[in-house]
Amino acid sequence: MELFKLTIEELHKQLIEKKVKPSEILDSIYKRIESVDPKIKAYLLLTKELAYNMAKKAEEKIMKNENITELTGIPVAIKDNMCLEGVPTTCAAKMLEGYKPPYTATVLERLKDAGAVFLGKLNMDEYAFGSSTENSSFFPTRNPWDLERVPGGSSGGSAAAVAADLCIAALGSDTGGSIKQPAALCGITGLKPTYGRVSRYGLIAFASSLDQIGPMTKTIKDNAILLKYIAGKDKKDSTTADIKVIDFAENLECDIKKFKIGIPKEYFIEGIQDEVKENVLSAIEFFRKKGAQIIDISLPHTDYAIDVYYIIAPAEASSNLARFDGVQYGLRDTEAENIIDMYKNSRQKGFGKETKRRIMLGTYVLSSGYYDAYYKKAQKVRTLIKQDFNFAFEKVDVIITPTSPTTAFKIGEKISDPLTMYLSDIFTIAPNLAALPGISIPCGFDKNNLPIGLQIIGKPFKEDDLYKIAYLYQKETNWHLKKPDIN
Amino acid sequence: MDLKKNYETVIGLEVHVELNTKTKAFCGCMNKFGEEPNTFICPVCLGLPGSLPVINFEMVRRAVKIGLVLNCMISDITKFDRKNYYYPDLPKAYQISQYDTPIAKNGFVEIINKDGSKKKIGIIRAHMEEDAGKLLHLTKTGQIGEAEESLVDYNRAGVPLIEIVSAPDIRTPEEAYIYLKTLRAILRYIDVSDCNMEEGSFRCDANISVRKKGEEKLGVKVEIKNMNSFRNVQKALEYEEQRQIQLLENGQKIIQETRLWDANKEKTFSMRGKEEAHDYRYFPEPDLPPIEISKEMINEIKKEIPELPVVKAQRFIKEYDLPEYDAFLLTEEKETADFFENVVKVCGEPKLSSNWIMVELLAKMNQDNIKNINEIKIKPEDLGNLILLIKKGTISGKIAKEVFTEMYKTGKDPEKIVNEKGLIQITDSKIIEEVIDKVISANQKIVDDIKGGKEKGIGFLVGQVMKETKGKANPQLVNELLKSKIYK
Repeated sequence: MELFKLTIEELHKQLIEKKVKPSEILDSIYKRIESVDPKIKAYLLLTKELAYNMAKKAEEKIMKNENITELTGIPVAIKDNMCLEGVPTTCAAKMLEGYKPPYTATVLERLKDAGAVFLGKLNMDEYAFGSSTENSSFFPTRNPWDLERVPGGSSGGSAAAVAADLCIAALGSDTGGSIKQPAALCGITGLKPTYGRVSRYGLIAFASSLDQIGPMTKTIKDNAILLKYIAGKDKKDSTTADIKVIDFAENLECDIKKFKIGIPKEYFIEGIQDEVKENVLSAIEFFRKKGAQIIDISLPHTDYAIDVYYIIAPAEASSNLARFDGVQYGLRDTEAENIIDMYKNSRQKGFGKETKRRIMLGTYVLSSGYYDAYYKKAQKVRTLIKQDFNFAFEKVDVIITPTSPTTAFKIGEKISDPLTMYLSDIFTIAPNLAALPGISIPCGFDKNNLPIGLQIIGKPFKEDDLYKIAYLYQKETNWHLKKPDIN
Repeated sequence: MDLKKNYETVIGLEVHVELNTKTKAFCGCMNKFGEEPNTFICPVCLGLPGSLPVINFEMVRRAVKIGLVLNCMISDITKFDRKNYYYPDLPKAYQISQYDTPIAKNGFVEIINKDGSKKKIGIIRAHMEEDAGKLLHLTKTGQIGEAEESLVDYNRAGVPLIEIVSAPDIRTPEEAYIYLKTLRAILRYIDVSDCNMEEGSFRCDANISVRKKGEEKLGVKVEIKNMNSFRNVQKALEYEEQRQIQLLENGQKIIQETRLWDANKEKTFSMRGKEEAHDYRYFPEPDLPPIEISKEMINEIKKEIPELPVVKAQRFIKEYDLPEYDAFLLTEEKETADFFENVVKVCGEPKLSSNWIMVELLAKMNQDNIKNINEIKIKPEDLGNLILLIKKGTISGKIAKEVFTEMYKTGKDPEKIVNEKGLIQITDSKIIEEVIDKVISANQKIVDDIKGGKEKGIGFLVGQVMKETKGKANPQLVNELLKSKIYK
């Protein structure tokens, strides 16, 4: 039996029925990784020893029938920007090569407590700056559906690993679309939770007011299971909300007739790939037929979202990344004659091109004389974008849009043109600026057999709405069940 | 010095106070001074990637308290901002501080000048921020630039600070000194900081400019740093005031710059452009939500504020009829004032109590370098009892000093010491007369001289009697009895 192909739900059933052991699942996945990952290059690091130790503990729990959760013995892979004590955590950045944090991120503590098993660390764009995983300092990850194409980004390693059955589920992080866009491009299910839903403690910060960790899975049910265990107030992260975490996976059924689905006209514009538009529209048609009310809405400030995002996110990033100065940890230029040169040379050598671009952008917009014109103004427009959604959510329960305007593009195609690259996140950025939860699920394929993603945006802390609607869709479609043929 | 008459000096002070919270500003590490380097550290105060700050509300409470005693407006909503700059002691390369919403603003401190006149020094703002670590440069020459290696101790990183910015209301270096002393006394009264300048829990930078009298425009200001005592602040300002006036008199211009005080040379030196023009790129700290300061919280904190030094001093003058000098000295530290009041409670002698505390006790503490009166062994009740013993005539003032020394050393109560050592004053005239007779017969020549008019000799004879009685005889009685015997 090919255990690596299974879902959390399926494996859990087998585990508690004692039909399979956690270590057997690991054997199966590591074998799969060995044969397939050289082509995909999703992993930066395999934590085999740790994984087998965790699996052993999970097995003991199962044998004793003690503290078993739906995640006990389930192998999960982690985007490499989440700190795991004693395990190299690099953000796919040369600057942090070999850096071993002395503490563990809250989400990983929670997964560990739930009995999950950590497979390894996944590739990403350096510091999560990018939409293609080409900005990794180490190597690009390839899209399992077409090895010549990008998996999206920045959580490209996570999306590719889930799509290629190199893990059962993965954690990603999303700032402007870094979970949803690669989920769409790799044909998997990826949720960016409401800002404040999941602790950021131990997530190496990109843009603090936007970053969220979220589950990337094969199915909606798996996604809901994973979220339940990582979500909730964390004393170590003051921006987490003290809002009750419900058992998202327990009640996925819904009466779709009670749902009002908003379709924003600003999201079906020129330049969007025809097949993307067609497939998203037919998904909307699916919901209409099921009895949902489909309502045309407008989000008038959508046009400003990218501009606002590329002011606020780099501003915060420029400050967050200032600590990589070669003093305490990370790459240090030892030739430098003085402290200023040490800073300059360490950062010059340690940072990639896109990282430097964003640091400069962020430094500029925060500079005296420019702050009001850029950062402050951007914050005001961010408020307007939030208001757009507030007004819309007076009329509708969820909003449906494409996740990304195109399917996966070729490696190298956009890397030299950052502005075109930034457009890849055009549909995910606005809801992120508004702190809203959003999910991407597969809704079809283009003529090149590349997956297309559907984005469902919900009200704050109403991830359960997203799950219910997406669950209905996955119950009656099989897009999410298709597997890439990796050769 | 005559030149000074034509000029007006304008001074503003920036004071950084380390708060005495149990833990640091944004993490659970202990806030302690002088421990082994890098022992009170964690991912948060080290600024490790992925770590996040969490507000220590004890810091906020202390900040509110400070705002209140400085007569400030307390912001009902306040937030933190990031101040971005690179320095090896600043682990995140930004300091969590407050930019446009300081927790307190628009207040004042009332000072009393030496001539007794009162003056309000404005407080522009007081805001919360975190301290940086400490650098240790391994160098033979003492020059940072020549250091072989530099080490960082992060124990201090993340310690809560309050920055208090005064208005440019100070007009003389002495006023600056008085302002600092007053501020320190107030802050120590409300128990928010040790305010120890040597340990760095109270730091002061000064801005100073001079202008011709009558001129409305402010002169070019110079910032002075690196002063490690109140006296040094005063000296540095005096030096700088003179330097600036001299420059202007010579037709030269004052450069806006930062100068460092050299306490050994007693001069300020230009940092010579080492400091580049800083753009701190302040922006709201996205990791910390804004804080709401409720009316209830303010009222609750108000209740914790004790009688402040100036008010207490004025009460001492009125209630205990103390001279101003005594009242201000005794109220400088709350513990000393409390000690005084407890002594008075027992003996009912305010001026005597004040004398004993100021002349004997504070001098001994100074000698032993004891800062806090609560650290000495003498209990205020015992000092009160000692004064009572003098009052009742049980012991003489001279013996009392001996008893006091013993009390200071051992903490024993005075009656016990007096009894154990047999120090009770001899007031029995029979016993004294016996000694007098002995002394007279041994010094017949002197007695004759006295009779012949050389009265100075009486003093000598009294001394002899006191010596014979080991100082225990009541000196007044000795005097009386001696005279009556000689002139009989």
